[in-house]
Amino acid sequence: MRSVLVRLLPLSVGALVLCPTSVVAGQGESARSSPPAQNATDVQQVRDELARLKREFEVLRRQYDERLVALEERLAQIAGPVAGNASAGAAAGPAEGTTVPQDPPAQGRPPTPTPAGPKALNPDISVNGNVLGALAKDAPDLAPLQLSEVEAAFQAIIDPYAKADFFVAFGPEGADVEEAYITFTALPANLLLKAGKMRALFGKVNTLHTHALPSADRPLVTANLLGGDEGLSDAGLSLSHLIANPLVYLEVVGEVYRGESEVFQSDARSRLAYVGRARAYRDITESTNIDLGTSVAFGRAGVGVGEDGAFQSVHNRRLVGVDATFRYRPLRRAIYQRLNLRTELVWSRQELPTDPAAQAFGFYALGEYQFARRWYLGGRLDRSGRAQDPSAVDRAQSVFLTFWPTEFSQVRGQYRRLSFAEGVTSHQLLFQFKFSIGAHAAHVF
Amino acid sequence: MPSAGLRLVVATALAVAAMGRMPAAGRTAPLRVVATTEDLASIARDVGGDRVAVVALAKGYQDPHQVDPKPSFILEVSRADLLIAVGRDLEIGWLPALLASSRNGKVQVGAPGYLDASLNVRILEIPTGQITRAMGDVHPQGNPHYWLDPANGRRIAQAIRDKLGRLAPADRAHFDERYSAFDQRLAAAEVRWDRMMAPFKGRKLVTYHRSWPNFMERFGLDVIGYVEPKPGIPAPPAHILDLIGEMKRHAVTIIVVEPYWSLRTPQAIASQTNGQALVLAPSVGGAKEVTDYVQLFDYNVGLLAAALKAARGGV
Repeated sequence: MRSVLVRLLPLSVGALVLCPTSVVAGQGESARSSPPAQNATDVQQVRDELARLKREFEVLRRQYDERLVALEERLAQIAGPVAGNASAGAAAGPAEGTTVPQDPPAQGRPPTPTPAGPKALNPDISVNGNVLGALAKDAPDLAPLQLSEVEAAFQAIIDPYAKADFFVAFGPEGADVEEAYITFTALPANLLLKAGKMRALFGKVNTLHTHALPSADRPLVTANLLGGDEGLSDAGLSLSHLIANPLVYLEVVGEVYRGESEVFQSDARSRLAYVGRARAYRDITESTNIDLGTSVAFGRAGVGVGEDGAFQSVHNRRLVGVDATFRYRPLRRAIYQRLNLRTELVWSRQELPTDPAAQAFGFYALGEYQFARRWYLGGRLDRSGRAQDPSAVDRAQSVFLTFWPTEFSQVRGQYRRLSFAEGVTSHQLLFQFKFSIGAHAAHVF
Repeated sequence: MPSAGLRLVVATALAVAAMGRMPAAGRTAPLRVVATTEDLASIARDVGGDRVAVVALAKGYQDPHQVDPKPSFILEVSRADLLIAVGRDLEIGWLPALLASSRNGKVQVGAPGYLDASLNVRILEIPTGQITRAMGDVHPQGNPHYWLDPANGRRIAQAIRDKLGRLAPADRAHFDERYSAFDQRLAAAEVRWDRMMAPFKGRKLVTYHRSWPNFMERFGLDVIGYVEPKPGIPAPPAHILDLIGEMKRHAVTIIVVEPYWSLRTPQAIASQTNGQALVLAPSVGGAKEVTDYVQLFDYNVGLLAAALKAARGGV
């Protein structure tokens, strides 16, 4: 069957080459058979006619050239390696008949078809490792060295309508599905729907996975008000809408969660947790941009764990956040230089048995500057009250230096000075190795 | 059972609503085309003419690997009727993120409004055998800088013409005509470039990154080494010394550099080899003068021919 095709195709290719010649011959006769020119107008008419015919011929020739090329490609694919010689011969044959020597296919250099391998439908898989070490006094919680997290990511397009993201984290406390959600990418009306377990779109740092952080730790406000490393992460639905306008990127998000996270603990099926966010972004110049957001979250939160493991009481809790990011990255030197400045402010309000309107406030301000191709220097100021003890305020100052051998690994050193509300101050030296294998992840922005 | 009057009112309302959604006859809005690079945007403008409104995301003087997935790009992709990508993983770090947030089903991978421009072009340096990142940031699907061969530019234009023709069948003849004009302009320019580069066939040179294999192959030049020891890996001193030795051995004096690299290392090498670091435009927009695809080669061929003429040796 294959050999029949191989024999047939050169024939049809040859027939195609002949076609334009015969067409032109016919048109040429008709041009010649017109009466001889008697005056300048007639000569002009004949010239115009000839020019038109030439143009038509040119168009035809090109069309046939392209069809030839397409046929050659198909032939090469059909013939494959088995009939490699035959296809090469077929490609060389008609090439002599064409008049566009510049065209590479005509020179017998067909484009390279790349077959999709048998594993083509496997998801993109990557694994991130995070090794954290600490030299510290007065910090019993910090292990001298630990594999703080291994995260496996599986991502793929599900069908024409959706994509899937799975992130499984293995930490000292065991394995946990960090995120697993479907994103519907083809909804009308500028809508984007996610369903599954995910990090809530509350502020900036809550959405970042551990390996994407610019420092070895999360800010104090995360630990004190936003549920620590795991953060506000729960099973739920997230619907976001892009408000079309010519001025700014404006996105509003509404999310509903089951109410089982480090931040919210629901005491009844119907008492869900809700998150809302509005984000505005605008390029200032091609190298600088500003990103502003405000978030709100409310739900039920448990207070005090009793002997039976249950909460002693469950109350309403509300969080409000504001975040601002400024980025500078000169496009011509994007490999060597960038600056990110970010601040996030969070207000927590909770009905505690002792204080029906317990309000705590926390914030961080972060700066990170890339000063060489592989080197980043950063600093962060932290201040945060505690959700259940608003009068207690912790403070911290950090500087960190990161070396990126490549995009796929980082070595970081961080000095952190922590001043706890109780009056204890701890000086800590953290170091971190992060590494990533597998599919190329999206750049963090 | 609704009355006939009610049915009539409903039918009229539906018809009016349907007409409201239809574009006015004869004044169809141009197709919104978003191209990931300025090269693709330039070719799309050449083929689409006034029937398309084209926007490019990455700038020509920017490293196309190192583009941030900015929300302003999401906005562009969200409005697109057609997205044209270079493919071969060039945009792997940023395009998937833009597509996922674009809320635009028309241009998702595999949808009618998505075009991977690399599918019918000639791709070089497709790795064979085992590949690992010990080889640097390798592209498993071959070298993505394929647009730097005008023959591939022609194939990209064909792919864009066919895609535009499918998205706007009424304008197919227009796209055919514009493609033919582009093809002829390119063919004429190729004669010019070939004539300019003919005396230098077989000459050897060095490039910073592996951005130029298609270009060098097209004009018969021989790249004997790279400033980067491996893609995406900065050069250690030992590699630089080796490269200088190699350049001296072959009397190579020209180091081709993309505009987004620091010139410090190439100039240090050039000072040791009596050579020059020659900044060429890897993309449309890579230099001020380079405003379209044909000018991209005019600019590069002009600079390179002048430099090769001035440089003796390297044969």
